[in-house]
Amino acid sequence: MFGAGGGTSAYREIEETDLIVLWGSNARETHPIFFHHLLKGKQDGARMFAIDPRRTSSVAWADVWMGLEVGSDVALANTIGREIIAAGLCNTAFVERATTGFEEYKAAVEIYTLEHGEKLTGVKAEDIRDLAHSYARADRAQICWTLGITEHHNAVDNVFAIINLSLLTGHVGRWGSGLVPLRGQNNVQGGGDMGAIPNKFVGGQDVEDPVLRAMFEKEYAGTIPDKKGWHLSQMFEAMEHGELKTVFVLGENPMQSEADAKRTRRLLEGLEHLVVQDIFLTKTAEVAHVVLPAAASWCESEGTVTSSERRVQRVRKALEPPGQAKDDIDILTALAKRLGRDWGAPTAADVWEEVRRLSPWHGGMSYGRLEQLNGLQWPCPTDDHPGSPTLHTRLWDEPVSGSRAPFQVVHHSPPVDLLSEEFPLRLTTGRRLESFNTGVMTGGYTSPLRHGERIELSPEDAERLHITAGEVVRIVSRRGSVEAQVKIDPGLRPGLTFMTLHFPDEVETNILTIDAVDPKSGTAEFKAAAVRVEKIVPVQAREPVGAGAAGGKP
Amino acid sequence: MEAVPLNFVRAVDLKIDGKDVRVPEGTTLLQACKSVGIDTPTLCYLENLTPVNVCRVCVVEVENSRVLVPACSRVAEPGMVVQTDSERVRHSRKLVFELLGSSVDLSTAEPTFLADLERYAAEPDRFDTGDAHGHGAKATVKQPVKIDNDLYVRDYSKCVLCYKCVEACGTDAQNTFAIAVAGRGFNASIATEFDTPLPDSACVYCGNCIGVCPTGALMFKSEHDMREAGTWDESKQTVTDTICPYCGVGCTLQLHVQDNSIVRVTSPHDHDVTEGHLCIKGRFGWQFVQNR
Repeated sequence: MFGAGGGTSAYREIEETDLIVLWGSNARETHPIFFHHLLKGKQDGARMFAIDPRRTSSVAWADVWMGLEVGSDVALANTIGREIIAAGLCNTAFVERATTGFEEYKAAVEIYTLEHGEKLTGVKAEDIRDLAHSYARADRAQICWTLGITEHHNAVDNVFAIINLSLLTGHVGRWGSGLVPLRGQNNVQGGGDMGAIPNKFVGGQDVEDPVLRAMFEKEYAGTIPDKKGWHLSQMFEAMEHGELKTVFVLGENPMQSEADAKRTRRLLEGLEHLVVQDIFLTKTAEVAHVVLPAAASWCESEGTVTSSERRVQRVRKALEPPGQAKDDIDILTALAKRLGRDWGAPTAADVWEEVRRLSPWHGGMSYGRLEQLNGLQWPCPTDDHPGSPTLHTRLWDEPVSGSRAPFQVVHHSPPVDLLSEEFPLRLTTGRRLESFNTGVMTGGYTSPLRHGERIELSPEDAERLHITAGEVVRIVSRRGSVEAQVKIDPGLRPGLTFMTLHFPDEVETNILTIDAVDPKSGTAEFKAAAVRVEKIVPVQAREPVGAGAAGGKP
Repeated sequence: MEAVPLNFVRAVDLKIDGKDVRVPEGTTLLQACKSVGIDTPTLCYLENLTPVNVCRVCVVEVENSRVLVPACSRVAEPGMVVQTDSERVRHSRKLVFELLGSSVDLSTAEPTFLADLERYAAEPDRFDTGDAHGHGAKATVKQPVKIDNDLYVRDYSKCVLCYKCVEACGTDAQNTFAIAVAGRGFNASIATEFDTPLPDSACVYCGNCIGVCPTGALMFKSEHDMREAGTWDESKQTVTDTICPYCGVGCTLQLHVQDNSIVRVTSPHDHDVTEGHLCIKGRFGWQFVQNR
């Protein structure tokens, strides 16, 4: 956000906020311990709006549920923004002092009247008005989101639309007022911060900046390409065009996690050389030419991870890895040696010192301090810096230090996979409490909460299609079809269906999803596919087992 | 710098065991005692839970108070004169430990609990003289271990009704409300709604009840099985802090490892991300690293 890729607030802040907007997030199930903090805020009197197409277990805690149409988030945000401006509730002092581009934004959202917004989003105008006024009037307010915002073809637009609201009202950069993207995996934040994204070096430093590049070239005694690299979706495109022939996959299972699974399989199998480094022989590893068995990073090796509140924390070795599995660092240094670079035999602590040297965000985070303080939140540039629970407090400096925060004009763009007579139902995907992503990890333990993959249908749709709970149906999208058992969820509105990606070996949900990709982030639109649900066998009155048998008890 | 609001609080002066003590307004007597190095036994109290005042183990004597007061919840007042080691206090604590211990299996209780029994020279067995049929008091509350899922077991023969699990399942942490106190008097027990097995209850298997249980009445199935098999050996266990491998919240896990296998997972109560609480994945979802 505003040049720093991280959420603005510490978890504790939500305990002391006045208004919580949970947008496209089922945190009760996907981030349960963050939700504990949220509930403390609620217990302390915060009002909560939940924006989600489904009435989830998170929504059950909200004062107001706004069940919007899948993919109408920008329209909703712009409508809220327009209402705030029209009602004279905009924080003019903050906007004038700390932001740029307000006039363009104001002109752009003019068309999103409450009535128009209601039409685009399916949310009642009075609820939109309520949220706009409550958000603008609150002393402190937080907007939290997850993949419901980012797994769309216009993911970055969605995020911009939300940021615009925080700028309109000054709900950013203050304790209890902020923007909270909840990360889906334990080190998504850290991976990006360490430079494992195509456009940044460690510490969010731009690879296309010649001064920074010169610093890294000196450090690494080599030449670094002056253009940013490909993100995941661009890599698949490059495979399609034959530009990318060798792929090195570390700790990912794209064969099962990518949208449009048929295409993914074709492209990965078509590679000249595929190397997979993982703790398991995943479906991706099964088709690899070389598999490098790795130690589990969270319990079989040393290092750090970074959480959704930008807190760098230590992971430690508690178990000896099995068989030939090796620490990631050992594998990578051995590989480098074969490629002609002798990096010696660094420990995790040595690598961390390199991070501290090169990244201004992490300079003050010694292993000793991380240990002593239960982690530190970046930026933490020097050894005497306490870390930064709240980001962008500079926007409240007088005058604003650094650059002002820009409004970004974005417009409504419905999901790519349009509903039609042939594919009349909207399929959205997500996670359940007891499982995780493609189930590679959670498959290891049994849970009474787990019932395998099921497609969830609204009671109305089930009745219309003469489908009952437990029945196996065929789900068809423009890309393929799968079969799954039906669960009836009264939390779904007619027209909406839900599945997870947790059991790809049984039900390959990603056969159905569309790989329409956000050009800026490279994220696919997992949240919006168009499907139809077909009965496989007509309902017949089956004879109960054992009926008529001699001696059978009723 | 961060804009953390400052709370201005007044100081309160009181006397504890003859010593002058100054604490911030709102401090409990338990915290005040701790601040001057007085170790107070507790049972139903935990830093991360709201005091419920049911065990009466932490009682202290306050001058001009008719009854002993629970230190865990009574807030320090100006001019209070507190005795923590008077004959009355010692006698009361001893009796409470004896009554609790007389009817409950304390074989897996926390070491601090057992140390407190010793400290007050409690002899639970003097109340466990048995009935006309030769059954000891413990036998009257003895009941089979409830094993109805693969994640954790409930052995209410070991339950002292401290309510911590109910608190952790309720508003203090999880807000799932799967368990509560059912029954009255001697028949009071912790139960799910209608005493159904856990898989039929509202339980979401966060295990936060296990995390706060002081007697081992609630126990990882992995620990229970090892104890049954006679292989549980805490002297051979290491505890390592790391971060949960699942979502991006970054919960601290304490991995209890014996013979290169995780046997139990806890989280530190004083860590401000988790406050000791986890979800089902963090608490139980580690088996994948040892399917070797």
